[in-house]
Amino acid sequence: MSVEGGSAPLSVQDLTIGLRRPGGRSVAIVEDVSFDVDPGQRLGIVGESGSGKSLTLRAVAGLLPRGVEVLSGRVEFGGRDLLTMPAKDRRALMGPEIAMIFQEPMTALNPVMRVGDQIAEGPRRHLGLSAKEARELAVSMMARTGIPDPARRAKAYPHELSGGLRQRIMIAMAVSCGPRLLLCDEPTTALDVTVQLQVLKLLEKLCDDTGASLVFVTHDLAVVNQTCSELAVMYAGHIVEAGGVKDTFRQPRHPYTRALLESAPDFDHPERELIPIPGFAPNVADRPSGCPFAPRCGYVRDHCTEAVPPLEEVIPGRLAACFESDRLVEVLA
Amino acid sequence: MSEILDAPATDTAMVRVSALTKSYGGGASWLSRLGKGGPSTLKALDGVDLDLRPGEILALVGESGSGKSTLAKILVGSTTPTSGDVSYRGASAPSHRDRETSRRVQMVFQDPYSSLNPRLTVGRMLAELLLLHRIVPRREVRAESIRLLNLVGLEEEVLGAYPSQFSGGQRQRLAIARAIAVRPDVLIADEPVSALDVSVQATILELFTSLRAELGLSILFIAHNLAVVQHLSDRVAVMYLGRIVEVADTREIFARPRHPYTRALIDSIPRMREASVNDAFELDGEPPSPYHVPAGCRFHPRCALAGDACRATDPPLLQVGPAHLSACLKADELAAIPLPDPAQELP
Repeated sequence: MSVEGGSAPLSVQDLTIGLRRPGGRSVAIVEDVSFDVDPGQRLGIVGESGSGKSLTLRAVAGLLPRGVEVLSGRVEFGGRDLLTMPAKDRRALMGPEIAMIFQEPMTALNPVMRVGDQIAEGPRRHLGLSAKEARELAVSMMARTGIPDPARRAKAYPHELSGGLRQRIMIAMAVSCGPRLLLCDEPTTALDVTVQLQVLKLLEKLCDDTGASLVFVTHDLAVVNQTCSELAVMYAGHIVEAGGVKDTFRQPRHPYTRALLESAPDFDHPERELIPIPGFAPNVADRPSGCPFAPRCGYVRDHCTEAVPPLEEVIPGRLAACFESDRLVEVLA
Repeated sequence: MSEILDAPATDTAMVRVSALTKSYGGGASWLSRLGKGGPSTLKALDGVDLDLRPGEILALVGESGSGKSTLAKILVGSTTPTSGDVSYRGASAPSHRDRETSRRVQMVFQDPYSSLNPRLTVGRMLAELLLLHRIVPRREVRAESIRLLNLVGLEEEVLGAYPSQFSGGQRQRLAIARAIAVRPDVLIADEPVSALDVSVQATILELFTSLRAELGLSILFIAHNLAVVQHLSDRVAVMYLGRIVEVADTREIFARPRHPYTRALIDSIPRMREASVNDAFELDGEPPSPYHVPAGCRFHPRCALAGDACRATDPPLLQVGPAHLSACLKADELAAIPLPDPAQELP
């Protein structure tokens, strides 16, 4: 994911997101985040609540909450900076080129519009289809996402469908115009485990079929392993480690990644003791000097509190922001 | 179902539910008769038999709509069953609880942000309970509150604080302190860690284990995360559409599931290291509506092993091994299909 060049559908460079306070002082919530997503690549961004993973995704989609803004950095899509292009051009990309899937489909869908019409809306506007063609496309998209009896279900309102079906509707809506980039914010957190598996497999298949890239934000490490090939771990608004999912899970090179893996139950290793991470993540308005993880870190040394460690390549294909990374060479069981 | 009664150690069950049913909507209202007709009774629980043993952590798992939370509500007395019996230590519980029975069974909820009164300080919240249930005399309330806070890993200083001043994990500790304040025998925890970050989850799971050891609590732990269940619980009961379909010790049920639904749940668990498992038991679609429970075995429309007998017979929960109950006609056939070894699937 450190590949350079304009070929990457998405290239985020030094993105800083925060609140601008009156008087010119601003508070950064996400700081200097950079990553690239290649065509067809699937990147998982993990971290705890407040780590900035969702804000990063929302900044890419142009959906930051009111009051929160991009303070600096670039978000390039197909070589063009989304942040400086006219709002009209950016809106035109959302849907046909970039699509987003949210955690709670009930709040993301229009409750007073039939789901088939909601799916058809994008293709009508962006692909110039007639109402009839768009409706047919909607039904075929629903069939593709595994919704049984799609022609009948297309006439349903969101409240008439179960959570799993609503999530499929949202996926059908997101992929209906054939986007090159899919942004997912915890798309399966609200679903049962059996339905979660179906939805994850569906996303994987759609990406394989269309060659779309995926950015997948979640707090669930196991879900990332099932869905993504690349991983970025965020802590207190920074990417602290990035690399291939399997490699990183096997041999994390940042103490936070390691601590996360050790705190989560692993179904295949039930006998392993869970080790909680002591303390709390720092308040973004009052970051400690030096490494943000230092106060909770088991590998901390004096220099860790003096300077912020840069995100650097520690082994081929792996970036970590830790001065003591060389001491983390142990392979996890 | 008689097999449950024959099993050893059930005489000492802390809580026993038998033939419990809960239906919503009678279908007799004039409005429903004016409507299109059709079934209008939702069977949330459809004949549940289950024992919670003293000092055990029993996990209750199943998809949403399977009736887990309805069962929890009946156990704490916040709703009444349509039929069937709930007994505590062998004595049948009245459908409208007296204060003493209510005290014995306490609940911890999923969302620690909405389950604490935002206008009560921690001290007031605990004092109110301790006095109402006459746990300690008034002059000892403060000392008892501090003892409770220490038990859940909080300090004396928090007595004057309001819930909004705490993080999610700390709030869940407060909710647990509130539940154990009245010295219950049984704790019902409905998804108590699913709203928390993984790093905090571990501390709360640890707290449940230590409380069980220190206070001898029996805990019914409702969860959908099977990795958490496997880590924490002694036994697991699997619910499907208002019935218990399998019960066994944790190690046994995950190593040798004897109901295809349990097997499907296990195969759906996202894995931390290995790739996904085989697709043989992957479920299509979602559970049928509890308004229209399928005839025969309620799982047959989604079952990979279903045969003609399954469409005709509603299988009872029977003993299939030592301390292992399953409601499946094909339980033996399933036992012959080994679980995939995830270690062999490494690339």
